[in-house]
Amino acid sequence: MTNIESAVAAVASPVSREGLQQKISVKNLKFYYGSSLALKGINLPLYKNKVTALIGPSGCGKSTLLRVFNRMYDLYPNQRAEGEVLLDGENVLDPSLDLNLLRARVGMVFQKPTPFPMSIYDNIAFGIKLYEKLPKSEMDGRVESSLRRSALWEEVKDKLTASGLSLSGGQQQRLCIARTVAIRPEVILLDEPCSALDPISTSKIEELIDELTNDYTIVIVTHSMQQAARVSEYTAFMYLGDLIEFDDTSKVFTTPREKRTQDYITGRFG
Amino acid sequence: MRSYQARRLTDQIMRGLCWASALFGLLWLALILITLFWNGFAGLNLNVFTQDTPGPNTDGGGLRNAIVGSLIMTGLGVGIGTPIGILAGTYMAEYGRYSRITFYIRFVNDILLSAPSIVIGLFIYAALITEGVEHRIVGYSAIAGALALAVIVIPVVVRTTEDMLLLVPNSLREAASAMGLPRSHVVMKVAYKAARAGLITGVLLGVARASGETAPLLFTVQSNQFFSLDLTQQMANLPVVINNFAGKGYANWQQLAWTGALIITLAVLTLSITARSLTAQRKQQ
Repeated sequence: MTNIESAVAAVASPVSREGLQQKISVKNLKFYYGSSLALKGINLPLYKNKVTALIGPSGCGKSTLLRVFNRMYDLYPNQRAEGEVLLDGENVLDPSLDLNLLRARVGMVFQKPTPFPMSIYDNIAFGIKLYEKLPKSEMDGRVESSLRRSALWEEVKDKLTASGLSLSGGQQQRLCIARTVAIRPEVILLDEPCSALDPISTSKIEELIDELTNDYTIVIVTHSMQQAARVSEYTAFMYLGDLIEFDDTSKVFTTPREKRTQDYITGRFG
Repeated sequence: MRSYQARRLTDQIMRGLCWASALFGLLWLALILITLFWNGFAGLNLNVFTQDTPGPNTDGGGLRNAIVGSLIMTGLGVGIGTPIGILAGTYMAEYGRYSRITFYIRFVNDILLSAPSIVIGLFIYAALITEGVEHRIVGYSAIAGALALAVIVIPVVVRTTEDMLLLVPNSLREAASAMGLPRSHVVMKVAYKAARAGLITGVLLGVARASGETAPLLFTVQSNQFFSLDLTQQMANLPVVINNFAGKGYANWQQLAWTGALIITLAVLTLSITARSLTAQRKQQ
């Protein structure tokens, strides 16, 4: 229990839910892989400029849920979603929606760092060029500010032309975050962003998440309960495709309403 | 302990057999290369590159027209075949990866890949040339030869392009798509970049395959005693010149055939080594 207690102590005091704007509202969302039902009717609010953590044992559907928010599943056949996911009131499941514009608004960082096979500078500039035509000096500025925001600038400022693949795992992941931040999305989805990283890199990224929350709505999938407790204001506990509990992180970790939540966070299963 | 001894013995015998088979295979390769180098280098001089194919039993003469012809037709064949092959391979790996049609394309392509090249020569012959018919499309010509070589190159490039793109991890595609990149950008700026060495390897293998083919050219270009750059006419080329010169009893022709064979072998060897080292670099990344 000491782990949980110390983790909970690190959480900021709970925020009242009145007056909070829902950036994304998930309404009765069902998701199918072929004919198997992976999400069984999820209802969930994601509040603007807050960090929401999705926790739950492997296979509970948390990554699946995350991949609905930017329609990542569209890349694969036989995967489909039913229900509504409203982003500022607009249903992202609408088939006529421009996926590229959606993904510009809803950025994503993956479990494994995925720098593109190009220079550090180009890794950042690449995405910006898609949406804006900037003169060189302004582009340099954007690249620098993105790298600064993701706490990578000091480490790479002298080797911007080096390949993104030459960086360490933790640096690569921060490069991926910088790349996502550079195109100025509204929502950032983090899919176990620290699971391949050492504790130092992890704490750097957690600090970063903390800072980003001023401008972005963040959803993070994590297997680390301490991490969920440290970085998030809200926590959703999922189990076998159902949303079991959603509440202020402090409540979920101290006085969960559901027995299954309590069992999971105390390590009795999962 | 007995069984341990027996296993050791079996191991040694099997290992010995493996070594022996490997050496047996290499021995022939070495013999071929040594004979080729020995005979080929004997006739290698500047004339080979500056003079055209001579008549029987005359002094001098070289392979200039055949070398140039081979370069032109291989270049054209690869030039025609590469874009088609890359596009088809890209479709199969990037757009139609899960579709039924890709399955059929791959099946047909694999058949084409192993089809005897003489059949491909005959196909172009039947489709374009068919001697004696008044309204045939072209006669024996460099362009017909280039087309036959293109048909040889296409399946090689299709196969390697698909394979190499399939090696690009999906996570990279997802990452690129997650930034709002349109599919075409994901393919051209990310997948092609990640698979670049492999794609080049495919083209090099195509070049290597095309530059050594004789049969398709026999049916489509034949050869030309003289230097010609006219694509609509017959054009000399190394494989057919070797074929024509080696079988005749003239000493100067036989020597040129050896030298021509050496030139092709060296060219293909260089291409293969380059292709191999490019793939090796890729794996190290």
